[in-house]
Amino acid sequence: MNGPQDLGGQMGFGPIAPEKDEPIFHAGWEKRALGLTIAAGAMGHWNIDESRHTRESLHPADYYSSTYYEIWIKGLERLLQRHGFVTAQELKEGHSISKGTDPKRTLKAENVAAALAKGGPCDRPVAGAPRFKAGDRVRTHNFNPETHTRLPRYARGKRGIVDAVREGFVFPDSNAHGKGENPQYLYTIVFSAPELWGDGADPKLTVSIDAWESYLEPA
Amino acid sequence: MAHDHDDHHHDNELDPMAARVRALETILTQKGLVDPAAIDAIVETYETKVGPHIGAKVVAKAWSDPQFADWLKRDATAAIASLGISGRQGEHMQAVFNTADTHNLVVCTLCSCYPWSVLGLPPVWYKSPPYRSRAVIDPRGVLAEFDLVLPETTNIRVWDSTAELRYLVIPLRPDGTDALSEAQLAKLVTRDAMIGTGIALAPEAA
Repeated sequence: MNGPQDLGGQMGFGPIAPEKDEPIFHAGWEKRALGLTIAAGAMGHWNIDESRHTRESLHPADYYSSTYYEIWIKGLERLLQRHGFVTAQELKEGHSISKGTDPKRTLKAENVAAALAKGGPCDRPVAGAPRFKAGDRVRTHNFNPETHTRLPRYARGKRGIVDAVREGFVFPDSNAHGKGENPQYLYTIVFSAPELWGDGADPKLTVSIDAWESYLEPA
Repeated sequence: MAHDHDDHHHDNELDPMAARVRALETILTQKGLVDPAAIDAIVETYETKVGPHIGAKVVAKAWSDPQFADWLKRDATAAIASLGISGRQGEHMQAVFNTADTHNLVVCTLCSCYPWSVLGLPPVWYKSPPYRSRAVIDPRGVLAEFDLVLPETTNIRVWDSTAELRYLVIPLRPDGTDALSEAQLAKLVTRDAMIGTGIALAPEAA
């Protein structure tokens, strides 16, 4: 979706202002927000693509005025309601009122180290050979789905070159919506800055994205 | 007194986000969906165990061991795993090497993808709109804000992490470091050098 998350090339957000000696967390609640997000995700009722789509579905004004951990918490509240774990009434009152969905599993303290070390690999076998090979000229798809996609607007309908053929990976555009993993080959596609940005672009700049096979056509 | 009051104010339910997150944790704990001790363990992992010192070890080894560097180029996930390093948001690693001609810079324009297993949690600026919007269109301007001004003849390659590959920049080894051990070299490798918003420190810093 053309949501607030799709930031590449947007203007007006001001300086980056990196903080010197930045602490890992800026408030105690950020620690709990991180832990809650990971622990609730470990129940296994949604995937990383649905999480991302939920965050980018926040109203743009809300997204841009929130810190990243605020975005995470607002997203998590929506996921928990959508999947029947909590109700709006419970969030308002701050305590449990009724039993919700039974979790598939819960993350116990003694399993945290192993779960974090394992992570959540997203590579999957794909039948058949990749359609493209390194060096091929391709054009990215031009589309504007209202659903989740990982093809950013600035790189739609652009000519690039296959820099690398990767493995098969879960396809976020379907996985975010409960429509299956449908793995596809992934490619690193490199674009010249003039192709992406036109007049005045830095001739010494190239930008790459990682693109699923269905985002690409021969050019 | 006034100071005490401010501290108190900052940490308790008068802060709307603190109250909101506390309410959520309370509800989920009451329902048996999350274990507060598990949350403690997650936080402790990213506060004390996982951080840029891990990526710095990988870079120092790549600088010291050409065979390892070659492996890292071909299969970063396996090469990094051989050092006992793995984990969430580092399942599929790619190492990109700066050269005399080309400087690499990593961004996630669509969210905040970042190689947690080797760099820890991302800094606020990495996740924020100014960096995410500008890194792909004006990287030289971005780098200047990090006090890194590259010659106009240097190529810049920006890697937008739009999928599940996580990129680690291998900065150039600084001059005058031939005599340094891997442990000494690792001290020259900053977090920003591994994102691409910096370069490795000069050996005087070791």
